[in-house]
Amino acid sequence: MQSEGKSRKLLRIHPDDNVLIVVSPVSPGDRDLVDGRELVFTQNIAIGHKVAAREIKAAEKVYKCGVPIGSAKELIPAGAHMHLHNLKSDYIATYTLDKDNVFVK
Amino acid sequence: MSSSSNPSGNSPVLQGFLRSDGRKGIRNCIVVAYLVECAHHVAREIVDSFRGQPVHVIGFGGCYPNAYADRMMNRLCTHPNVGGVLLLSLGCESFNRHRLAQNIAESGRPVSAVVIQQAGGTRKSIEAGTAWVRQALRQIADVPRTPLAVNELVVGTICGGSDATSGISANPAVGRAFDLLVQQGAATIFEETGEMIGLEDVMSARAITPELGHELKQSVEKAAYYYKQMGHASFAPGNAEGGLTTIEEKSIGAYCKSGDSAISGLIKPGDVPRKGGLYLLDVVPDGEPRFGFPNINDNAEIAELIACGSHVILFTTGRGSVVGSAISPVIKVCANPETYDRMSDDMDVNAGKILRLEATVDEVGREIYQKVLDVASGMQSCSESLGHQEFVLTYKSFEPIGPACLPA
Repeated sequence: MQSEGKSRKLLRIHPDDNVLIVVSPVSPGDRDLVDGRELVFTQNIAIGHKVAAREIKAAEKVYKCGVPIGSAKELIPAGAHMHLHNLKSDYIATYTLDKDNVFVK
Repeated sequence: MSSSSNPSGNSPVLQGFLRSDGRKGIRNCIVVAYLVECAHHVAREIVDSFRGQPVHVIGFGGCYPNAYADRMMNRLCTHPNVGGVLLLSLGCESFNRHRLAQNIAESGRPVSAVVIQQAGGTRKSIEAGTAWVRQALRQIADVPRTPLAVNELVVGTICGGSDATSGISANPAVGRAFDLLVQQGAATIFEETGEMIGLEDVMSARAITPELGHELKQSVEKAAYYYKQMGHASFAPGNAEGGLTTIEEKSIGAYCKSGDSAISGLIKPGDVPRKGGLYLLDVVPDGEPRFGFPNINDNAEIAELIACGSHVILFTTGRGSVVGSAISPVIKVCANPETYDRMSDDMDVNAGKILRLEATVDEVGREIYQKVLDVASGMQSCSESLGHQEFVLTYKSFEPIGPACLPA
């Protein structure tokens, strides 16, 4: 498992993946290289979370480890944090707790 | 006790405890088994007076009979890591303690039952049980030692307290360790078909026969249906906080613990693999949902892996689980380097090194393999040395596996 190009923050697990894994915490203004292009991050992103490796269209399948993990809810720009707000399961809704600790879909 | 550290060379030889039924254990513990929740306190009081000694509590809390729980208790009480069993009964529960005691006795183990209503209540039962365990510990000290080869080991794996690091460091590394164990002829078991949803076809293609592939696919479809009925997938809020978004994403992370070996069989709780290879444990009940979630927590699954003969459990965690188990040692493989730094006392292997680019998946896989041999040779895992002995057993229902599940 090698980091992508000169990236020291993002890990590509499989060549077919359109998401990358954050392996070093990202802060707004941080820059990293992905596929030879520079990305400028606008958010804090914790390790283990995903970012788009390239622009991903609405309803496009999202691949991690070379296997589909769901589809995009909306157009996702390269470098954007990908999570519950823009990625949905194709099998069953994901339940989680909101800010007030209430179960939400 | 010693073991070679070369997974590619000749299979190292360990030391085991030989049981009368021919199976070999890596631990020699006394189990105190309550047969209804009403007897749990007495069982706990007895075990508490043997702190630091190999005396563990297991049990079934239900008062009504259940074939699954009965099978689990029978398998667990005759597990090769168990040297003797004290049964704790209130007296009016429906568990068939006579048949359980008979099966344990026929396996050559010392067994006794304390029936609280007959013994005269709590205090007298604790005294009687404590006296029996004290002499049983002396008795099992004489169990013969025997050489134990890696191809006689059964190793299970589970993940718990997962985050997105689990699937990219610890789980792929356990997959490499599983590949090494299978190459040496060991039996390895992965589980939680609810965490294979979306991967049915990828997994079926690895089966050693097309018929087994069909069974594997059906087991995942059964899990998908069951979880839909429950309205929840196997997905906890902490998973999302850690960066996992969907059940499919969690599936890949869990699935990669199985490594790259061909899949030799599909088993259900209590089925013990008779030869080496990689096995999928189907933990989802058969039929319409009857008793709730397939497994209410990680320890319910660990108990099932142990009932299938697992000598050792490889437990991967990203958020930082601390649990261990009764009967078989649990080895913690920590996926997240920040979690490892915070909770290193509880973690046996730091797979987070992979994310810091300080070690490869292959290197950590070999480290896990060696840890299995060390723990099988008597070294205590972290959870063992911290005294963790969690155990959970609830109501479930299963049909027996079909002939295609274990190809010759």
